[in-house]
Amino acid sequence: MIVAILTVAGAVAAMSLRNLVHSVLALTLAFAGLAAVYLQLGAQFIGFAQVLVYVGAVAILIVFAILLTRDTSATITVISGSWISGGIVALAIFGILAWTVDHSAASQGSTSLHPAASMQQIGNALMLQFALPLEIIGVLLTVALIGAVTLAMQENKETK
Amino acid sequence: MTPLTSCLLLSAALFAIGLAGALMRRNAILVLIGIELMLNAANLNFIAFWRYGPNPEALTGMMFVIFSIGVAAAEAAVGLALIISLYRHTKTTNLDEVDSMRG
Repeated sequence: MIVAILTVAGAVAAMSLRNLVHSVLALTLAFAGLAAVYLQLGAQFIGFAQVLVYVGAVAILIVFAILLTRDTSATITVISGSWISGGIVALAIFGILAWTVDHSAASQGSTSLHPAASMQQIGNALMLQFALPLEIIGVLLTVALIGAVTLAMQENKETK
Repeated sequence: MTPLTSCLLLSAALFAIGLAGALMRRNAILVLIGIELMLNAANLNFIAFWRYGPNPEALTGMMFVIFSIGVAAAEAAVGLALIISLYRHTKTTNLDEVDSMRG
């Protein structure tokens, strides 16, 4: 419960703070809170992967992007002109989701406690049943990283 | 309120916050952060349904989250590279000022 409040507070702060670096710090808080929620739900591997990938890699990547694209001209309009319609859409979607969750069968179902997945089970599943998706995600990550590097490098070559 | 319901409500709240951020903020990096939050909300749903679903031995939800995290990492890398490239061209990350394709 406390972790959930912390996560939501971090997410709200990430989306509403004016300073971009503060925003990323709040986002890191939200990601860490989500990792704690995963650990509470018995998904240890996912929790630690969340810490490694999001709190470690993605947050650092976003900080570097912010430092590289620091706007010298002070941006006065932090909030877009169409923020009212955006807020209404987001609120409506939250309302619909909450109403659906409240009225669905999930809210009446019995909660049976199941044992958490061990590392060995995950490894077996990844190597046997999900071997092909694992290979594909490896290729996808390689292609994406090469693409990211070429996208970010292109301008340098032209100016040289 | 069952634990599954509270997980789903937390996920819905995160999704709405991410959507609001992506729609309301005008900085490209913050829009990307909003998209990351929405992806994380979906991951939380997968984990919650895996945990409280009828057969958690199948590990399907967990596998889906592992691959989803991988795809999200690739998406973040490419998205940030695009933003940096955009900044080099236009010297801004304000999405309202990037309107060179406006008719």
